[in-house]
Amino acid sequence: MGKPTDLVQGTLDLLILRTLANEPRHGWAIAKRIQQISNEVLQVQQGSLYPALHRLEQQGWITAKWAENETGRQAKFYRLTSGGRKQLENETANWKRLSSAINLVVEEG
Amino acid sequence: MRWLHKLRTQLATLRRSRAGTQLDTELRFHLDQQIEENLAAGMNAGEARRAAIHTFGHLGTIQEETRSTWSWTSVEFFLRDLSLGVRSLSRSLGLTCTAILVIGLALGGNIAIFAVVRSVLLKPLPFHDPSRLIVLYEAKQKEQAVNLPIAAGSFWDWQRAAGKSAELALLDPSKKYDLSTKGGELPEKIDAGSASWNFFHVLGVQPVLGRGFSPPDDSLSAPATVIITDSLWRRRFNSDPAVIGSELSLNGRPYAVIGVLPSWFKYEGRMGGGRNQIWLPIQHESAASLMHTYDEHEFVAVGRLAPGVPESALFHQLTAVQRQIKAAHPGPAVRDTVMGHSLLDDAVSDYRTPLLIIFAATGCVLLIACLNVGSLLVARTAARRKELAIRTAVGARRMRLLRERLIESFLLSTGGGLVGVFIASGAVSWLVHTRQDMNRVDGIHIDATVVAFAAGAVVLCALFSGLISVWSINSKSLLAPLQESSRGNSGGHSRSGQRRTLLAAEVGLTVILLVGAGLLLKSYLRLRITDLGISSDNVLTMQFNLPDVRYGEPAQKAEFMEEILRGVRAVPGVEKAGLITTAPGQGWGGDFLISIPEHPPLPAGAGLDVLIRAADPGYFAAAGIPVLRGRTFEAGERLDHADVALISQNAANSFFRDEDPLGKHIRLDYTGKVYRIVGVAGDTRWSVSQPEKPMLYMPIFGNDLRFGTLFVRSSRNVEALSVPIQRVVNAMDRELPVSNVETLHETIGRSTLGSQFNSLLVMAFAVIALVLAAAGLYGVLAYLVTQRTNELGVRIALGARRTQILHLVLVDGLRPAVLGLVAGLAGSAAVAKLIRSLLYGIQPWDATVFLTVATVLLAVAVFACTIPAWRASKLDPLQALRVE
Repeated sequence: MGKPTDLVQGTLDLLILRTLANEPRHGWAIAKRIQQISNEVLQVQQGSLYPALHRLEQQGWITAKWAENETGRQAKFYRLTSGGRKQLENETANWKRLSSAINLVVEEG
Repeated sequence: MRWLHKLRTQLATLRRSRAGTQLDTELRFHLDQQIEENLAAGMNAGEARRAAIHTFGHLGTIQEETRSTWSWTSVEFFLRDLSLGVRSLSRSLGLTCTAILVIGLALGGNIAIFAVVRSVLLKPLPFHDPSRLIVLYEAKQKEQAVNLPIAAGSFWDWQRAAGKSAELALLDPSKKYDLSTKGGELPEKIDAGSASWNFFHVLGVQPVLGRGFSPPDDSLSAPATVIITDSLWRRRFNSDPAVIGSELSLNGRPYAVIGVLPSWFKYEGRMGGGRNQIWLPIQHESAASLMHTYDEHEFVAVGRLAPGVPESALFHQLTAVQRQIKAAHPGPAVRDTVMGHSLLDDAVSDYRTPLLIIFAATGCVLLIACLNVGSLLVARTAARRKELAIRTAVGARRMRLLRERLIESFLLSTGGGLVGVFIASGAVSWLVHTRQDMNRVDGIHIDATVVAFAAGAVVLCALFSGLISVWSINSKSLLAPLQESSRGNSGGHSRSGQRRTLLAAEVGLTVILLVGAGLLLKSYLRLRITDLGISSDNVLTMQFNLPDVRYGEPAQKAEFMEEILRGVRAVPGVEKAGLITTAPGQGWGGDFLISIPEHPPLPAGAGLDVLIRAADPGYFAAAGIPVLRGRTFEAGERLDHADVALISQNAANSFFRDEDPLGKHIRLDYTGKVYRIVGVAGDTRWSVSQPEKPMLYMPIFGNDLRFGTLFVRSSRNVEALSVPIQRVVNAMDRELPVSNVETLHETIGRSTLGSQFNSLLVMAFAVIALVLAAAGLYGVLAYLVTQRTNELGVRIALGARRTQILHLVLVDGLRPAVLGLVAGLAGSAAVAKLIRSLLYGIQPWDATVFLTVATVLLAVAVFACTIPAWRASKLDPLQALRVE
């Protein structure tokens, strides 16, 4: 495996929202989850993760709450808002359209 | 505005430092998780830490980047915009102060009049469950005469018939008594009310001391009892609780004080009562005959409806009773209908229309002020079009720009609101002082509701004037200024069109106000010059009332009156003096149904009604009433020989159309006494605003009259005679109070006070509106000229003549004024109809008023437009072209 693939600009938001769709998580868990699900292909840089989280929070798509994690430490858990859920649906649909279009070009062209 | 800025920064810093710590914790947590994972993977502590930091990247950079996503909160935005607004407003301080003052003045008027409307018209009466309290009157269906006083005989029948559906009480709220106490203080004439014993029970009022009236008190043979008000108790009895059971002397007779009313108690009705200081049982105070007649109308009834009984049902039921009475007693004075309204309406219905009109006038002024301020903000916006366009281009959102406008107008309105509350509190105290004649005037205060109203008005005002300017920020044209070349392009045409619409609206409202004020003022002036029938210059009147205790015999009364007249005529400075029961302009004074023995009897149900006066032989000369035919009374026509009368011209014309009244007789139906007509006198009015009625004069020295008005005429400075004349009366009877000392001018002033107040107030608001409209016209035109400086410069450079430029600009400014004038005149025609009931002696569509207003408005508009137009025509083309 070579250098971890850089995330396509703007897809990090989609990944974060998708990761939070099922349960609230803290930053570290979000990064880990993305890594695991993508079979270690997608490496989330902390330098992009936290600005992205805070931006999403400002935009009102996720909210944060301080709570204890499984080991009893205080961690900041992010949760999807209803607006965020809608945004997730939009972005997912967009992504599907985009990726299938790219597929078409790559395979047919 | 340093503090505002400081507050903002501090708020932000506080929020940021807390958020900063949290971010730090969050990132450290992440780092620790990574270290733990590395440890679990088998690294030693040092390695795990190093590797974690390596993957994590530079902590400071992450923090920096995260922070940069934080945006301003709405509070911070608001505070920033607020300080921006304050700064931008304080940059043009003069304009800002003017705007605040204008809004303040308009809001002040609104708040003050709202305080009056609320306290006088809207606030419930202080009695228990006041919505069920009503007042009953009689009415004549055929003649559409309404709200007539009632006869006691009818009342008792009503009371029986009403049964359980309402409890009714009879009262005469406007009596007068001479009061003296044992302390030897000066005697005084006080206002009093008499009422059936259950009056206080109907209102739900308990005396705070002693007891209320009981049925045994309310009869002619009962011991004399009186209930006093709190103010009299404090004033004359020093708040002494021992007053209960003590005696006071009314008209020379002793009365036992049985109760003291609560301090808040006040009965205020159409027939008076607001100044009453004592209340007496009605049957003890009235002749038995008066209590059981159906055709002497001296009273009014109040009632408390039983729950669930609508007032109309009661009026209907009692009208049926009254119809039966009318059937049994078909005399002309017996009425056929019972009507009424709520007790609150009874107190304030006379003031409702004028107050609402004044309220509407203040509303108009506020609207005009808002239009002006809105127009001012539009001008500011327009002057900053380039700035706004650039800001839009670099990404400022439209909402932001709107919010800034709204905040500006909000600041102006709030400032105006503060000024307004000050003005309002001054205005309210002036108003309370001026309109002591108005019912419920003492209850006017600026309370929480009024303050809430003021706050609401401020918000409305801010939204209104703000939205006008916001409306002018059209998102599509926001960028237009950038596309316009800087030269030769006059300011956006649509925007100035909008401002012209505002101007036309302003002018229209002003015209309506001016016409309304003009009509009211003309009515008032008509009232003031109304001829009472006599000259009102240098006339002093004062009243006295001879108590039966000391002046029981008719001869005693006559002699006393003759002696007073002799004494008064001897006072230096008195030119002429006379005695009359009720002087011209000083009231109804009582009327009687009469018949003329020489004429065939009238059909049943018809009758002749005259106002009754009694005068001394010299009164006609003193008052200046011409004796047109026959003669005045002779010295011998007194006491047993006082069966002669003079009638007024009006009476002669109505009763003796084609015959000579002299030598004919008139019989008073009520007393049966017959008088021989010896003369015909000129007409006088009983009230300034009412037409003449037939009048009959009988000799005052006789006819057992105990009530008199001294009528004194002097050649100058009649007020100075007041004290010497009172001294004459006092020398004759120390116990006899003299009351209502006033000049005839004061009488007229008092009876035209309402009209004066309404007309001057509305006129004041109209003038403010006119000034505002003129300022608006001037401002808009001056602004347009500045905007068109370039264009005008080009025109002049290309050879346009000065007069052409003058004409061009003048027409530009006058078009909205003329448009507004036409619309305003049309609106005024509708409004004039609404205020018809307040007009006296003129038609609602009075051509003079409409023409005058149109002329004044055009003149002011031309004046306001001439200055900018003149300035435009004086432009130096070279400079004008250089203007950027």
